[in-house]
Amino acid sequence: MSGSRERVLGRVRAALEDVPADEPAERVPSRTYARSHGAGPALEVLVDRLEEYRALVHRVRPEELAGQVAAVLERRGARRVVVPSGVPGAWLAETDVERVPDSRQDPRSPGELDAVDGAVTGCAVAVAETGTIVLDGSPDQGRRSVTLIPDHHLCVVRADQVVDAVPEAVRLLEPTRPLTWISGPSATSDIELDRVEGVHGPRTLEVLLVAGNG
Amino acid sequence: MSATFLGMPPFPEAARAAVEDSQLRHNLHKATHTIRDKRGQAVGELDDWAELRSEGAAIKEHTLRHLDRYLEQVEESVQRAGGTVHWASDAAEANAIVTRLVHGTGQSDVVKVKSMATQEIELNRALEQAGITAYETDLAELIVQLGQDLPSHILVPAIHLGRARIREIFLEHMARWGVPAPQGLTDDPRALAEAARVHLRERFLNTRTAISGANFVVADSGTTVVLESEGNGRMCLTLPETLISVVGIEKIVPTFDDLEVFMQLLPRSSTGERMNPYTSMWSGVAPGDGPQEFHLVLLDNGRTDVLADTVGRQALRCIRCSACLNACPVYERTGGHAYGSVYPGPIGAILTPQLQGMSSETDRSLPYASSLCGACYEVCPVAIDIPEVLVHLREQAVEGPGRTGEKAMMAGAEAALSSPAALEAAQRAASAVRGAVPRHLPGAASAWTDTRSVPEIPEESFRRWWKKRGEER
Repeated sequence: MSGSRERVLGRVRAALEDVPADEPAERVPSRTYARSHGAGPALEVLVDRLEEYRALVHRVRPEELAGQVAAVLERRGARRVVVPSGVPGAWLAETDVERVPDSRQDPRSPGELDAVDGAVTGCAVAVAETGTIVLDGSPDQGRRSVTLIPDHHLCVVRADQVVDAVPEAVRLLEPTRPLTWISGPSATSDIELDRVEGVHGPRTLEVLLVAGNG
Repeated sequence: MSATFLGMPPFPEAARAAVEDSQLRHNLHKATHTIRDKRGQAVGELDDWAELRSEGAAIKEHTLRHLDRYLEQVEESVQRAGGTVHWASDAAEANAIVTRLVHGTGQSDVVKVKSMATQEIELNRALEQAGITAYETDLAELIVQLGQDLPSHILVPAIHLGRARIREIFLEHMARWGVPAPQGLTDDPRALAEAARVHLRERFLNTRTAISGANFVVADSGTTVVLESEGNGRMCLTLPETLISVVGIEKIVPTFDDLEVFMQLLPRSSTGERMNPYTSMWSGVAPGDGPQEFHLVLLDNGRTDVLADTVGRQALRCIRCSACLNACPVYERTGGHAYGSVYPGPIGAILTPQLQGMSSETDRSLPYASSLCGACYEVCPVAIDIPEVLVHLREQAVEGPGRTGEKAMMAGAEAALSSPAALEAAQRAASAVRGAVPRHLPGAASAWTDTRSVPEIPEESFRRWWKKRGEER
C-alpha cells in the first residue's frame, strides 16, 4: 500500500481546489471563550463535583496527611498496595500495609497488579469545575496500569495543583507524557441510561485534598 | 459472526416497521429525553457556550481547509514520538493493513475499544475471515456483539434493548465467548455491569493486541485522544503490547491547546456530563508505560469526496457526540436501525450518503429522513448546518436517475409559473373543472393525497378578481 499515502494526499489536495492558495495555513485562535467560569472557590467546587461522581473526598491539612492515608487504607482493609517509586515516603509513614513498588524500570505485571488491594499516587493537575484529576505518568503517579487495575485508587491532590477550568489545565500539561484524565470512578450508562459506578476501572476513587489552614 | 448494515431497506420502509414497535418507541423516548435534558443542563452551566461552539467549528473548518498540511504534520509528529503511520484510501486497504499488523504480532485474539471508524469499515468481519477474533469491550458494544445485533446509536449502541433482553443475551451467549454469565443473574443494571466486568477481566489482562479509534489526533504533538466512561478503553490502550488505532482523516486538530475547546464541547454534548470518567491521551510510545508498539491507520474511505463538496464538507467537522440524534424528532420515533447505516440520526443522514456517494436507494432516501426542523443544528457543538446539507443532498437525489413523474410535474409547473399567460390559462382550466377534482388523486399521485387533501380550487383566481375589480371602479 505504498501508493496510498500519495493517493490520499492527492485526493485531499484536489478536493480543496476552492481554498485560495494564499489562505494562511496557520490559525490564529480567537480564544473569545472564558479561561474559567467563576463557579466558586476552586477547592470547594472540586470537592462538590467529585462527590457528585460518587468519589470519596477528604480535606486534610499537610500534617494530617500520613495519618489520613493510614486511616483510609485501614478502612478499606487493604493489606497490600502498589506505590509508584516517586510517591514521598512520608505519605505512608503511619501505615504498615505492604508496599508493592512499581516503576517504568521495575514494572509489576497486570496479574500482579490485579492481586493488590489498591494504589496510592499523586497527580499532575486537578480541574475544579469538571471534578477532574489528571495523571501524567510522573514518578509519583506511576505507569498508567497502576491506577487502572487495582480496585481502589487513593489519590493525593495538593491545593496548589487545583485550577478552575479546563483551559488552564491544558496549558499546564505536557503532551509528550501519557495523560489520563479521571473524573470519578469508572461508570457506565449503557443499560437504559441507568448510571452504574464501577465497570472496568477502579470502583472506588478516594481523594485526599491537602490544603493549609488558610 | 458479525451482523451488517449491508442491504438494509430504504429509510421509509425500515421506519414504518420501527414506529410500529411500541417497546422500541418507549425505550427511545425515555433515552433521548433523558440525555437531552442532561445535555441542556450541562451546556447551560457555561455562559460562553456560544463562543466555545464557534471556536470548535472554526478549528475544525480551518483544519479541513488545510487538511493535506495537517495530515503530513500528524505523520511526522506521531513517527517522531515512536509510532508508525499507515495510510488507507478505502475500507479494504484499512482492513488489510490491520489484519497484516495483527498477524505480525502472532496473535489471533484482539480486544477492541468502541470505534465508529472500525464499524464503518466492518473490520471485525474482515478479521474474522482472517482467523482473528475481535472482542468488543464497551458494555453496549459487547451486548450488540453477543446478541449478533447492530448498534443503533453512536454513543449508546444498545439503546434499543431493555434490561430484560440484555440479561437473556448474557445468559445465552457469554459462555461461547469466554467467562459465562453467573448463575442467577438478575436484570439489575449493576448485576449486568458486574457480569461484563467478570467476563472481560481475564481478557484484558492477557490479550496482547488492541484496536481502537480516536476522538482526536493532535497535529503539533502527535497526541491521540480517546474519551470513555467504563475503563475498558484504558484497559485496551494501556495493557497490550501492540496498539492499532484506526482514525478517519477528519479527526485532526492542529494544536494540543485546541483540546481545551473540545474537552469542554464533547462531554457536555455527548453524555451531558461536565466530564466523562476517563480520557486517555498518548503520543506515540511512552518507554516502559503502555504499548511499546503503536500504529496509526489514517482512513479516507470516502472522506475526500465529502471534502470536495463545499456545502457537504461541514459534515466532516463532526466529533461524534450524538447530540443531534437525541434532539431529533425523527430519530426519537424510528431509532437507529432504520437509517440502515453505521451513522444514524441527522448526522448519519448527511454523512452516510456522502461517504458512499449516493450509490444505493437507501443512501438516496436518507436526506429525506428529516422534517428540517433544525433541532440538530441548534445542538451541534461544531455548528454543522445539517438542514442545509440535507436540502443540498435532496437536490442531488432528485437530479439522479428515476423520479420521472415528479420531474415532469415540476417541468410543467416551471412552464406555467414562468409565463403570466400560461398561468392564467391553467387557472381558468382548473376553475372550470373544480367540481370534478376528487379529494384523493388516483394512481401514483395517491401517495401524495394519502396524507394531504387536494386544496380547494377557487371559482376565480385572485388575478382575475383583481382585474375585474379595477374595471368596475
